[in-house]
Amino acid sequence: MFPILHLGPLAIQAPGFILLVGLWLGMSLAEKHSLQFGVKKEHISSIVLAAAFGGLLGARLVYAAEHPDLYLTHPLSLLSLDNATLSVWGGAGGALLGALIYGQRKSLPWAAMLDALSPLLAVMGVALPLANLASGNGYGAPTNLPWGIELWGATRHPSQVYEIIAAAFILMDTWPSYGIEPPRPAGRTFWRFLAWTAGARLFLEGFRGDSTLWPGGIRAEQVLAWGVLALSLWVLGKLRETEAAKRESAPIASRERQT
Amino acid sequence: MTGIILLAGALWIAFSAAPDQGGSAQGLQTAPQEGFLAPDFTLQDLNGQTYTLSDLRGQAVLLNFWATWCPPCRAEMPAIAQVYEDYREQGFLVLAVTADDTRADAAAFAAEYDLPFPILTDSSATAARAYRITSLPTSFFITPQGIIQKVVIGGPMSEAGIRANVEGLLK
Repeated sequence: MFPILHLGPLAIQAPGFILLVGLWLGMSLAEKHSLQFGVKKEHISSIVLAAAFGGLLGARLVYAAEHPDLYLTHPLSLLSLDNATLSVWGGAGGALLGALIYGQRKSLPWAAMLDALSPLLAVMGVALPLANLASGNGYGAPTNLPWGIELWGATRHPSQVYEIIAAAFILMDTWPSYGIEPPRPAGRTFWRFLAWTAGARLFLEGFRGDSTLWPGGIRAEQVLAWGVLALSLWVLGKLRETEAAKRESAPIASRERQT
Repeated sequence: MTGIILLAGALWIAFSAAPDQGGSAQGLQTAPQEGFLAPDFTLQDLNGQTYTLSDLRGQAVLLNFWATWCPPCRAEMPAIAQVYEDYREQGFLVLAVTADDTRADAAAFAAEYDLPFPILTDSSATAARAYRITSLPTSFFITPQGIIQKVVIGGPMSEAGIRANVEGLLK
C-alpha cells in the first residue's frame, strides 16, 4: 500500500495520480491509433472530455438527489470540491450520457468509435487495480497460499495483482497494430475487449474479500460480469455471422459485376 | 462454445460463493478500512477526560484526524461543529484527534473556533498509527456497532457531505 506519494513538500494521493496517468497514457494510445479505426484523433479527446464533464455533473446531481433535504438547505454544497459527495452510478450514467450527446451531435459512427476507445479502456483496466493496490481497496479474501499478502489484519489473496496481470493481457490483446487492415466488422475490438474484461472479472471476483454478497453468498459483481459476458459473446457471434454472410455474398456480387 | 463458457461461468459463481457474513465478504476483523471494525484506542481530551472508542458503542462517531497547521482541517472544523450540534441529541459524537500539536496549541485552536466536541491529543501517535494516517485531514464515520462505514481522506469536507454520512450512521 502506498496511498500517499510524498514529493518534497507535496503529498499527492497515489490512487488519483495513477488514474490520471492512466487516462493520459490511454488517451495518447487511443489518439495515436484512432485513424486505423476510421475515427479522427480530435474526437477521442473531445468525447473523453464530454464524458468527464457529464460524469462529474451526474455524480454530484445524483448524490444531491439522494439527499434532497440537505442540498435544498445547503444549495452551495452542489459546487463543493468535496469528492466524497459524488455518486458512482451517477458518475457512470453522466459519463455515458455526455459521450452519447457528443456522439449524436457529431454523428459519430458508434461501432468504430467504441473500437477506437478500446485501447484507452484497456489502459484504464490496468490503472484501476494499480490504484486499488496503492489505496488498499479491492482487497482479496483471506488465504493460506504462500503468495498471500498481509493486508487489513489478514493474509489475503493479492487480488489487485491478479487483476493487474489479467488487465495487462487484455491490454496486449487490445493493443492496436500498425500496418494492418482496420478490424472488420466495426465493433469487434470493443466487444472482444468487453468479453475478456467481463470474463476476467467473473473469474477473479471469486478471490475478492470485498464483494457485495447476495443470499447464499453469491457475489453480485460476478452475476453482473456473467451478464456482460453473455451479451458480449452474443454480439460477437452476430458480428461473425454478418461477416460470414458478407464473405459468401461478395464473390456472387463480383461475378454479377463481371457479367 | 459460448454455451460452455457461460455454463462454466455459472458454475464458478456457485463454487466461489462466499459464506454469508451479514452482507459483506470481509467479516468482522479490525482494520482502518470501510466495512471493518474500527481499531480501538484510549486517549485523553484537553480536560484530562479519558475516551476509549470501544466504550462508545451505541453512538455514531466521527473520528477526525487533524492538525492546527493543516488548512483543510481548519476549513472543515466549523462544518463539523455545526453538524455535531445538530445531531448530538440523536447519539452522534465527534472525536477530533491531533497527533502533531501541543496541548496548548490545540486548546487555543479549540477556543478560537469554539469547538463543542472533545479534542483528543495523541502525542505518541498511537491512534494515528492504528488508523494508518498518512495525510490530514482524514475522517472515519463509525456506526453505533463500531464498524467503519466511510473513510474520507483529504478535505475540506462539505457540510452536506458530513450530514449525509452522519444520517447514514444514524439510520
